[in-house]
Amino acid sequence: MSLALLVDFGSTFTKIIAIDLASEEILAYGQSGTTVDTDIMVGLRKALDLIPPYLKGASYECKLASSSAAGGLGMITIGLIPELSAEAARRAALGAGAKVIKVYSFRLSAKELRELEGLTPDILLLAGGTDGGNREVIVDNARLLSQSRVHCPILIAGNKAAADQVHSILSSAGKSTLITDNVMPEVNVLNVEPSREMIRKIFIERIIEAKGLKRAEEFVEGILMPTPTAVLKGAQLLSGGTASEKGLGDLVVIDVGGATTDVHSIGEGRLVQAGVVRKGLPEPPAKRTVEGDLGIRYNARTILKLCRPERILKNAQVPHPDLGEKVKALSHRVDLLPQSVEELDLDFALAVCAAQAAMERHAGTIETVWGPQGQYFLQYGKDLTRIEHLIGTGGIFIHHPQAGTILAKTLFSSEEPFSLRPRNPAIYTDARYCLFAVGLLAERFPDTACRIAKKHLKKWN
Amino acid sequence: MTGKKEKKTVVLGVLGVDAHVVGNKIMAHALESEGFKVVNIGTFSSQQDFIRAGIESAADALLVASLCGHGEMECRGFRENCIEAGIGNIHLVVGGNLVVGKQKWQEVEGRFLQMGFNRAYPPGVSPKKVVEDLKKDLEKQ
Repeated sequence: MSLALLVDFGSTFTKIIAIDLASEEILAYGQSGTTVDTDIMVGLRKALDLIPPYLKGASYECKLASSSAAGGLGMITIGLIPELSAEAARRAALGAGAKVIKVYSFRLSAKELRELEGLTPDILLLAGGTDGGNREVIVDNARLLSQSRVHCPILIAGNKAAADQVHSILSSAGKSTLITDNVMPEVNVLNVEPSREMIRKIFIERIIEAKGLKRAEEFVEGILMPTPTAVLKGAQLLSGGTASEKGLGDLVVIDVGGATTDVHSIGEGRLVQAGVVRKGLPEPPAKRTVEGDLGIRYNARTILKLCRPERILKNAQVPHPDLGEKVKALSHRVDLLPQSVEELDLDFALAVCAAQAAMERHAGTIETVWGPQGQYFLQYGKDLTRIEHLIGTGGIFIHHPQAGTILAKTLFSSEEPFSLRPRNPAIYTDARYCLFAVGLLAERFPDTACRIAKKHLKKWN
Repeated sequence: MTGKKEKKTVVLGVLGVDAHVVGNKIMAHALESEGFKVVNIGTFSSQQDFIRAGIESAADALLVASLCGHGEMECRGFRENCIEAGIGNIHLVVGGNLVVGKQKWQEVEGRFLQMGFNRAYPPGVSPKKVVEDLKKDLEKQ
């Protein structure tokens, strides 16, 4: 038996999975409340108490962890043009598993600088200008930041011709500063991978300690990445496979959580219709979006406000005469696990609304325009209509008896033909909640991790 | 544009609902062959697309093509939008089938210069002529 223990220090729960790498079986699962405010080890020990004793004291080949505890990885990004370098920087941060607190563009105003100081990010990503392009704005922003009360690491990922000057301005003011490749070296060319790698490095080297998670490394070998990065890496491995293990191909993963809804798509999302022209900043092949206003506990009231009671009730199967009160109660009882038929039904309706909205925001769109030669179609974002696999991960997709239906309701609709959502994918749920564990194992045991991911998907159609 | 001097950067694209891509590719090739750095934003580009690309790349000129005959309408307010965006002095060039029907070129050119373009070119102009003018114009700046 060759064992691996994978831990996720989540924002609410600490989850552990014990896997036998030889038989590729999940042996045990345990979860307990995350205790980052006192001692991160307390919650971990409680979760460990829930797995069989022979696994608790066993010898492990590896013990790896991810974390979104203590607020996750909060980032602020700064770019020049909102639709270009500022958007490229935002995408780099999202793909690195960050919670993007705020995006700034152009030269920072005094008001913005004060606001930024108050937001206390974990990392600040400073971009702006193509390589050899505009340098004035990133240099000015560096000067402003050098005189500010910003103490977090600053990652420079803008115009390479200005990077050394920007570094010098910031470091001579005592700011912790690193340089990486430009997130947008040319107009409409995205280069997010170097930034993503550097953000992960900063996360491991500095953020873990700053967030009081270092003690956990007495038990695990390392907290390797933020939780969303682990899920994204798991999805990438499941999609692309390895040299000897075939992947599933292009796929979409939806994670409906208590506070947010994440969507990950793996694939180019290229044009599939003739006569369509792609516009806008290209999308990364591994794309993550986070909807900070869509969550079925903390943000249940936001879903009600956004989708209106009519849409929620349209997706419900039993009447909810006191919908407003129930939703309010859910937003306060964030750890509630639904028991009654009514509770399960309301969770279903809220999750459908959240997943639909998140998928709609993630997928590309078609715009029709008319010219002298007739009608044209412009595509913005990814075309996901041909995606063959749609996977749900996270709490509701483990426990809810209608998990597959929640996912089915996010698909392409003839009522909104210009939203390029998946048309006819195979629908699965990550029934054993192992996608994060697969992401953690991906670097060291890629073949095994890929097989484990495929083996534990539950198919719904 | 040889020797130690840095490359001049130009934004090139086709304005408005206009799919004419062949001339765009030829013009990009002609400019690159003569040492320009070309930021080609392609077809179906709006004024804002040109301006955003111009700011981000610190471009020396915006080269606007319009082939569908709607140039006069599409180009209206271009200089004013550049001024609003903080690149009011940028060199603006326009060319293609700018108007519908047979009209005297001098009158058409006058209208586009009046709009704030530094140069306007009629249909069938040689890319070489555009590149030579551009070199001279940017040298003067």
